[in-house]
Amino acid sequence: MELFSNLALGFATAASPENLLFCLIGVLLGTLIGVLPGIGATATIAMLLPITFQLEPVSSLIMLAGIYYGAQYGGSTTAILINMPGESSSAVTAIDGYQMARKGRAGAALSIAALGSFFAGTVSTFLVALFAIPLTGIALKFGAAEYFSLMIVGLVSSVALAHGSVVKALAMVSLGLLLGLVGTDIYTGTPRFTLGIREYADGLNFVAVAVGVFGIAEILRNLEGEKTRSVLVQKVSGLWPTRDDFRRMAAPVLRGTAIGSALGILPGGGAILAAFASYTVEKRVSDKPEEFGHGAIAGVAGPESANNAGAQTSFIPLLTLGIPANPVMALMVGAMIIQGIVPGPNVASEQPALFWGIIASMWIGNLMLVVLNLPLIGLWVKLLTIPYYVLFPIIMAFCSIGVYSVNSNVYDLYAVAFFGLAGYLLVKLRCEPAPLLLGFVLGPLLEENLRRAMILSRGDPTTFITRPISATLLLIALAVLVIVFLPSVKAKREEVFQEED
Amino acid sequence: MKTLAFDSTNAICGAVFLILGGFFTYQSLTLDLGTALRMGPGYFPLLLALILMLLGIVVLVQSVRVSGEPLGPIALRGMAFILPAPVFFGLTVRGLGFVPALFFTALIAAFASSRMKPTMALMLAAAITLFSVAVFSYALGLPFQRFGPWVRF
Repeated sequence: MELFSNLALGFATAASPENLLFCLIGVLLGTLIGVLPGIGATATIAMLLPITFQLEPVSSLIMLAGIYYGAQYGGSTTAILINMPGESSSAVTAIDGYQMARKGRAGAALSIAALGSFFAGTVSTFLVALFAIPLTGIALKFGAAEYFSLMIVGLVSSVALAHGSVVKALAMVSLGLLLGLVGTDIYTGTPRFTLGIREYADGLNFVAVAVGVFGIAEILRNLEGEKTRSVLVQKVSGLWPTRDDFRRMAAPVLRGTAIGSALGILPGGGAILAAFASYTVEKRVSDKPEEFGHGAIAGVAGPESANNAGAQTSFIPLLTLGIPANPVMALMVGAMIIQGIVPGPNVASEQPALFWGIIASMWIGNLMLVVLNLPLIGLWVKLLTIPYYVLFPIIMAFCSIGVYSVNSNVYDLYAVAFFGLAGYLLVKLRCEPAPLLLGFVLGPLLEENLRRAMILSRGDPTTFITRPISATLLLIALAVLVIVFLPSVKAKREEVFQEED
Repeated sequence: MKTLAFDSTNAICGAVFLILGGFFTYQSLTLDLGTALRMGPGYFPLLLALILMLLGIVVLVQSVRVSGEPLGPIALRGMAFILPAPVFFGLTVRGLGFVPALFFTALIAAFASSRMKPTMALMLAAAITLFSVAVFSYALGLPFQRFGPWVRF
């Protein structure tokens, strides 16, 4: 079987001692930062991104994937223990997880989250391996017009899943695309929007923008009202779920995995949507819906599995098409490009060890989470008691070193400060930064494919709607936009995002 | 008399989009636009900048006659100390070298919190510097000069 030989290659790559070590470091670091309240997975990855650049491409991406799972798990821990979700995808976990912790069942809630995630991760890793190759085949048929339309779908979906006003999210996408165009025009070599600064001729450094908009902006937001956090649980005991817990979590985990795997593939932030969808489904099918909101096990197990399955399958569009499905994947694209890998359908055939290594490391990363993090929960809880003001000078120092180490360009550091300020102001103006980052990464790709498609069609813009795949994709994008603007959906959407705040 | 209530956050937001859109529009117009067939460097950005301005206008119009939440507290102290930290690092890392630049960067950032005491900040900055030099400079072997020309005797 080709699939198994591919997976064997992947495991051989990912299980080499040094890659295992980097995966472990990634998972630990990701959990370490992710467990800090108010810092979500995206910010965690943005902050830790630079330290992976010194490694080989495979190790670097494996470590990054490890950071991602760690950060996500850390976010769930914070959500359960102090009701402060770092990322919107763990907001759902906070609803029932925190209630479980209040009833003294924090240990069980954390284990259920970890075990559910692990199961979901195992299934969805297999799905990624299964679908990656056929999808790569389809992707190779894609021309410039199809790529353009696909990216439009991605951008529109990221708008639909952003908090708050749709118009603002659209504006953030446009702004992100514009910022992505800063630098030298690839066709003519003309410098654009560089304000005459030669150091920006290669474009704004992606790491600087990500660290600024996510990392620094989050630190500033946390400095606004310095409150002492109260950690609910000082000692977590009773880690292992009871037999009854296992019985009650099995079905929600299975449903969550299915929902998450399906929704994760959608561009634009499947994991968040998956967690919400799973919670709604669990509430509907439960024979005790009144338990939800008061510590229902299904309310933790379902969304956590869905969340993790979605996080995993969102690698599918990235690995096969090179299109990031969410801001985290956008960070991955940035990392790949810095490593000299152009994400897209050719990665699987040109660098099979890298491609399958990443897929295998997903599973290994998930395994490490369960094996290592459950015993370490006590340590993470202690970490929650470290005052914030001790942590952020450390974060600032590492961000500075990290950003500088990418290109040794001091202008990147000025860009960090600038985008930190800009990111903070945009948050204050109630604008979501995620669409901006997605736009920033896709900007150059979008323009290149638009221009190429127009040249190929001899200047005929109907090429986007006469080619069937492209037309279908554009129709999907249009449908998403129409749905978001429908009054009933608009109201419902606001309600959903209200609950989270 | 009609009181003119409007959502100040959204009004500012719309204005910011308009200004940014205006900036990019102006800059795009100085570039070669080209034709739809062979787009010049200015074509696609101009399109985006115009969309951004349009969206800015929409946000601005929507902000009138609805009162929204105020901006809320702004982390002025945080901004005053956090943002200069990477800038300071950038300005001095070549001159002072990695070790002193990092020490002061961490020290500046430490004062962003009103709870930080000077001795604590000094100790923390020293610890961060020590750790980073060990990890980044010695273990990972990043090519940074530990002490730059400004502090060499």
